[in-house]
Amino acid sequence: MENNKDKVLEVKGLQTYFKTDSGVVKAVDGVSFDLYRGETLGIVGESGCGKSVTNLSIMKLIPSPPGKIVGGEVIFKGENIIALPEERLRSIRGNSISMIFQDPMTSLNPFLKISTQMVETIVLHQDMSKSEAKKKAIEMLTLVGIPAPEKRIDSYPHQFSGGMRQRVMIAMALSCNADVLIADEPTTALDVTIQAQILELIDELSKKLNTAVIMITHDLGVVAGMCDKVCVMYAGRIVEKALTEDLFGKPFHPYTSGLIQSVPRLDHATQEKLFSIEGQPPNLIDLPDCCPFHPRCHKAMDICRSKYPKLTEVEPGREVACWLYMDKGEDK
Amino acid sequence: MSNNTPILEVKDLKQHFPIEQGAIIKRQVGAIRAVDGISFTVNAGETLGIVGESGCGKSTTARAIAQLYKPTSGEVLYEGQDLVKLSNKEMLSIRKNIQMIFQDPYASLDSRMTVRKIIAEPLEIYNSHGLMKLTTEDIEHKVEELMERVGLSRFYKNRYPHEFSGGQRQRIGIARALALNPKIILADEPVSALDVSIQSQILNLLVDLQKELGLTYIFIAHDLAVIEYISTRVAVMYLGKIVEISESKALYKQPLHPYTQALLSAAPIPDPVIEKKRQRIILTGDVPSPDQERFGCYFYDRCPKRMDHCRTHIPPMESFDDNHQVACWLHIDKSKWPE
Repeated sequence: MENNKDKVLEVKGLQTYFKTDSGVVKAVDGVSFDLYRGETLGIVGESGCGKSVTNLSIMKLIPSPPGKIVGGEVIFKGENIIALPEERLRSIRGNSISMIFQDPMTSLNPFLKISTQMVETIVLHQDMSKSEAKKKAIEMLTLVGIPAPEKRIDSYPHQFSGGMRQRVMIAMALSCNADVLIADEPTTALDVTIQAQILELIDELSKKLNTAVIMITHDLGVVAGMCDKVCVMYAGRIVEKALTEDLFGKPFHPYTSGLIQSVPRLDHATQEKLFSIEGQPPNLIDLPDCCPFHPRCHKAMDICRSKYPKLTEVEPGREVACWLYMDKGEDK
Repeated sequence: MSNNTPILEVKDLKQHFPIEQGAIIKRQVGAIRAVDGISFTVNAGETLGIVGESGCGKSTTARAIAQLYKPTSGEVLYEGQDLVKLSNKEMLSIRKNIQMIFQDPYASLDSRMTVRKIIAEPLEIYNSHGLMKLTTEDIEHKVEELMERVGLSRFYKNRYPHEFSGGQRQRIGIARALALNPKIILADEPVSALDVSIQSQILNLLVDLQKELGLTYIFIAHDLAVIEYISTRVAVMYLGKIVEISESKALYKQPLHPYTQALLSAAPIPDPVIEKKRQRIILTGDVPSPDQERFGCYFYDRCPKRMDHCRTHIPPMESFDDNHQVACWLHIDKSKWPE
């Protein structure tokens, strides 16, 4: 089923650090995952867990300084993106790997017509004339459900609503037949009824075009509806990796189960009290080399305070970074 | 638990914002109808949830109740007294009973004030107007008590807001709102800017405070699950109108208005098994601009069940049963339709 031929992206031991006045922030500290053609991988976690930095690192879009990718590899079509010169990177970004962002207003240029922005992308990456590119752009706008695209393509971004702008972003991102689409909180700024439209669109198009999607979100509901696999991140590391159904059916890591339980749910009778994870996420400066979740974990043991649990496969296709599931004898 | 004496009554409240043109001589060319005629009551001790999408007027409703805007028309009765008619001075003495918590814990606290100053400010204002007689020690004591009450150590009182996380800041905002012992708290999206693990801490705190202090909440959110968790009754707003208002359980069990049904079916549920089986009602299009006067149902453009009649007639609020009202022609007997 999943062989190496279908693997489109491989992230290995990615480490991205930021230098600040008060110390080094280890925003991403050893993240690894594989992405296969046509699948949707969710990366879920709270603010500051490193999910966005991971994906900016994949595109090598980390502002440097202060940020720096200090370790790891991102293998795309046999090449390590991290080591590529800027020139080559530019031909990959927006072409084979493209991205959509949370805020569609700030990611479109307000001074340029939609047509100018879309044609620019297409001409840059594909061997097309401007008029051909415009035809392609109109075709893409039709595909994402913009009404009267021949007219609307000559509008400016402010003439579109939030949901419509996000559709334009998706049209742009997919106009060069990307292999990988990175969607960084694509619906967080949108209302639920519009969110439902956009999620359905991403799902439908990625299936049609056989694009692999990395869906970054803090919303467990979005993950449940969209993703085949999930990585849960905490304090710059992946703490659990599983198929979506397994993860929600039986979360292993105490953080994952805490997250799932602390969301009020429409399909459950209202509980008297919500479960909550006490305390705050840790400061990423000078993080000690132990489990970063232990101060908030109700199952913390002695070993959690002294040693970091490596992400380990505990069942086929399921990895978790928690001492509860590790044979302490061999790992000590 | 809630009893049935209304502490707040809103009657046909309208809040229009003028659209003006002209550089020197301004003339009004239109109006944004942010809130366009809504009525509801809030009983003492209950939580009324107001839910809706951006621009539906839910925040404006809260601000109009607190008299932060002067409503265009309508009445806001607090314990029988119409707040709209009060002078600023009269309003000041009532304002202590109606306090607000805001969405953005970063923008709603003055970054140059210490936590002590922030929480003490309402008390000091009341002192300076002679409405309270507190000594410096009284205030100091009260600030410490409030901080501990919302789960902050009193040793932090000389710190500044930037030294706190989002969740802790929201606790500071709650402490400030509680300083004057209010009866009603208007909470405008108090958890939407917070991470889920922090969100549940704040929700639990609000529920505890309500039980202990007998507070009445008007709780505004766009997240349907949060609203279900916290509310006794729920009002659903669309384009400046309430389309459905009901006792919370009934609304979620049997939503009547097509908009409520669409909202509920669009909200993702964190369970992949359920998600894959669900049938979604996906609304087409966007919310129209509220700058026009409407002569039919406000939801007409996007309604999957619209009829010809809806285009030209605004549906009145009708009781479906004791605790459930809906404004939709589908639920009004055809014999009662106006010509």
